Amino acid sequence: MAANKIPRHEMPCQDSKARAHNFEEVALGYTKEMAVEEAQRCLQCKKPLCRTGCPVEVLIPDFIKQIAEENFEEASKVLKIKNSLPAICGRVCPQESQCESKCILGIKGEPVAIGRLERFAADYGMKSKKAEMEKTEPSGKRVAIIGAGPAGLACAGDLAKAGHAVTIFEALHVAGGVLMYGIPQFRLPKDIVQTEIDTLKQMGVEILTNQVVGKVTSVDELMANGYDAVFIGTGAGLPYFMNIPGENLNGVYSANEFLTRTNLMKGYKFPDYATPVKVGKNVAVLGAGNVAMDSARTALRLGAENVYIIYRRSRDEMPARKEELEHAEEEGIQFRLLTNPVSIEGDERGWVKSLTCLRYELGEPDASGRRAPVPIAGSEFEIEMDTVVVAIGQGPNPLVTTSTPGLELNKRGNIVADPETLMTSKSGVFAGGDIVTGAATVILAMGAGKKAAAGIDAYLKTK
Amino acid sequence: MYRIVKKRLLAQGIALLEVEAAAVAAKVEPGQFVIVRVDEVGERIPLTVMDYNREKGTITIVVQDVGYSSAIITTMNEGDAFQDFVGPLGVASEIENYGTVVCIGGGLGIAPIHPIARGLKAAGNHVISVLGSRSADLLILEEEMRAVSNEVVIATNDGSAGVKGFVTDGLAKVLSEGHKIAAIWAIGPMVMMKAVVEYTRPLGIKTIVSMNPIMVDGTGMCGACRISVGNETKFACVDGPEFDGHLVDFDLAMKRLAFYKDEENRAKARLECHHEGGHH
Ligand SMILES: Cc1cc2nc3c(=O)[nH]c(=O)nc-3n(C[C@H](O)[C@H](O)[C@H](O)COP(=O)(O)OP(=O)(O)OC[C@H]3O[C@@H](n4cnc5c(N)ncnc54)[C@H](O)[C@@H]3O)c2cc1C
Ligand SMILES: Cc1cc2nc3c(=O)[nH]c(=O)nc-3n(C[C@H](O)[C@H](O)[C@H](O)COP(=O)(O)OP(=O)(O)OC[C@H]3O[C@@H](n4cnc5c(N)ncnc54)[C@H](O)[C@@H]3O)c2cc1C
Ligand code: SF4
Ligand code: SF4
Ligand code: FES
Repeated sequence: MAANKIPRHEMPCQDSKARAHNFEEVALGYTKEMAVEEAQRCLQCKKPLCRTGCPVEVLIPDFIKQIAEENFEEASKVLKIKNSLPAICGRVCPQESQCESKCILGIKGEPVAIGRLERFAADYGMKSKKAEMEKTEPSGKRVAIIGAGPAGLACAGDLAKAGHAVTIFEALHVAGGVLMYGIPQFRLPKDIVQTEIDTLKQMGVEILTNQVVGKVTSVDELMANGYDAVFIGTGAGLPYFMNIPGENLNGVYSANEFLTRTNLMKGYKFPDYATPVKVGKNVAVLGAGNVAMDSARTALRLGAENVYIIYRRSRDEMPARKEELEHAEEEGIQFRLLTNPVSIEGDERGWVKSLTCLRYELGEPDASGRRAPVPIAGSEFEIEMDTVVVAIGQGPNPLVTTSTPGLELNKRGNIVADPETLMTSKSGVFAGGDIVTGAATVILAMGAGKKAAAGIDAYLKTK
Repeated sequence: MYRIVKKRLLAQGIALLEVEAAAVAAKVEPGQFVIVRVDEVGERIPLTVMDYNREKGTITIVVQDVGYSSAIITTMNEGDAFQDFVGPLGVASEIENYGTVVCIGGGLGIAPIHPIARGLKAAGNHVISVLGSRSADLLILEEEMRAVSNEVVIATNDGSAGVKGFVTDGLAKVLSEGHKIAAIWAIGPMVMMKAVVEYTRPLGIKTIVSMNPIMVDGTGMCGACRISVGNETKFACVDGPEFDGHLVDFDLAMKRLAFYKDEENRAKARLECHHEGGHH
């Protein structure tokens, strides 16, 4: 059978009924046989278009070839050349709009399952990995990294490889950023993230948790206290609310709080873990991105009976990863599309009682090219609700930016950085990830961390 | 790890702990707080700084046993350590020379008012402190407060010390003596702060309160600590914890404190049943 006639291999998953009530990983990963067969579908294109869809240009055909030839260890090494966190990206990249959207097989049939293969090879590499760190001559230079999300971690890894002494300052009590506090266990097991962090530590990267930069120290102080360069990777951690009546009622969460209580504080194991998280029978999640899907599926797992995704636009505009939408649907999440909340009603004790929404229809295309949702006059309706999770987006947290004089920001409060070197308006201070781009993706943040590491390395050589 | 170097029981269920946390001690200012976590399974608990020693690198906190985590913290001893100790968090008090000021501490609120009173006195203010508690035996830090105040007025609900009544009665006494008060700091249970604010509103005296909503991260990331001030939503951990009391919606803030009542009771009951079972 010609390579492109083999159908794309489905991802084995936990049964949707069972998994809706546990926090175990949903997707189980390919077996060796599946991986090899799927890898054989790849045409090994001379000009691989898939690579143009990957923000960090992973050597896609090369690592897939190694899988096809059953050199799994080698496959994981090829992956690592461009991608510091392949076990994570294989799981959370929106492949359908990145690498896989460009795969030549996708024109007539189904693209190669690049993400699933990436996950397979990376997991294999992780399991068999024995510390085989190349030792680099110490450069004698010190770099401080603020924030231990994917941007900071990737930056730290490349700087350590280049021989620089790296210290990460992280505000929370664990490293990992959104990978630890935001994305749930059932989608990204925390031991995978922890393994990546442990590898960095083995490379000599120092990680200091409980350090809120802007409070306990500042960028200027770090520069004055012997660091030769600073990288800011503080992410987009400031939750937006809708500013509708009733948002401060009990039972209304920001997605950040809901997910942090569940993931970071392990609220799903309350009372063995001391931090509570509360869901009622009926839960509304406002928004339709990855954050919203994660919140909805978490609510279901915490015991909610009806979980609704409330979204102003239609299905095609939902920004979440395709796989998460499908998984959410299989698990029984109810989508209320072309619907926008206008107010939250409470009882006399200050608890959420219901949600009032307005129905919308699609009008003319707006500035974004998408058909604009237009409210239908008089279409208000009320749904009984116990819990509301607001997942409409996050902005830049101002703790670092407002405590750093001379740091240029754009009008949204994001840091302005040189597109090539990622140096900011302050000499020796670099920035990347969501704090520069606004809320984006893991792979973009990781890519920015690597780019900044190159920028910092070049800068340190001139000093 | 952040080791406890000194422990003192101030009253039934109220412990003072001096903790090694050099980086925090180097930076903290009056009005700021820390977030602590006892161990791997612990909650992140916000506590106001009662005192600090930059040379020794220590922070002193005062904790009252009100629920699961605070019960565990009050039973920790010298030599024990916190797994996590984050700070300094929040905006520091605006200390300057206002003239004559009143610092009101109710119950446990005397602890956080202490560094503020000391700061205000050092800045040249005439500091009158009003300390309140249910009864004389529950009154904490009286000596420490005398040392940082020009005058001290005590109010107890049962009259076992000082004026009989609430801190507002203590404040009434101060006002009756004809002082011209430039500003008031009031820290204590929400009901107390609300009472003080309602008392001073018609008098037009600037009254600053320190809000203690439920918190998680303390860095502006989760929004759990949101309160309404002048009809605007604020995050108490980064915009506060101090606010102009006349603008705070206390009724909302008090309702929000009950968010986890059921869960808190479950956790506390579990702790008690562990103790009865003779192991923990
Ligand atoms: C729930 C959720 C689901 C997502 N799902 C996906 C997905 O499926 N696929 C995908 O590609 N992307 C997803 N994203 C987006 C992705 O996680 C982010 O784009 C990415 O994590 C950004 O990385 P970062 O390193 O820039 O910032 P972050 O991951 O936000 O890390 C920033 C770190 O800096 C720390 N920090 C902040 N301020 C300070 C300070 N003052 N001092 C010290 N430390 C500080 C923070 O605590 C944090 O650890 C999701 C995001 C969320 C919230
Ligand atoms: C900025 C700030 C500073 C604080 N400073 C101090 C301090 O110096 N000393 C001290 O003992 N406590 C202080 N608190 C309160 C302390 O954080 C809570 O008492 C503690 O979190 C309760 O945890 P628990 O598990 O023991 O009780 P829980 O079982 O969680 O709650 C028991 C009772 O305490 C109430 N409660 C819960 N959380 C809070 C809270 N954040 N504030 C007030 N009441 C709460 C609940 O409504 C409930 O009635 C402060 C809180 C904040 C936000
Ligand atoms: S990093 Fe992401 S976009 Fe790039 S190849 Fe891997 S899965 Fe695709
Ligand atoms: S475009 Fe598709 S078929 Fe071609 S190399 Fe990339 S993954 Fe293989
Ligand atoms: S405690 Fe999370 S934003 Fe204030």
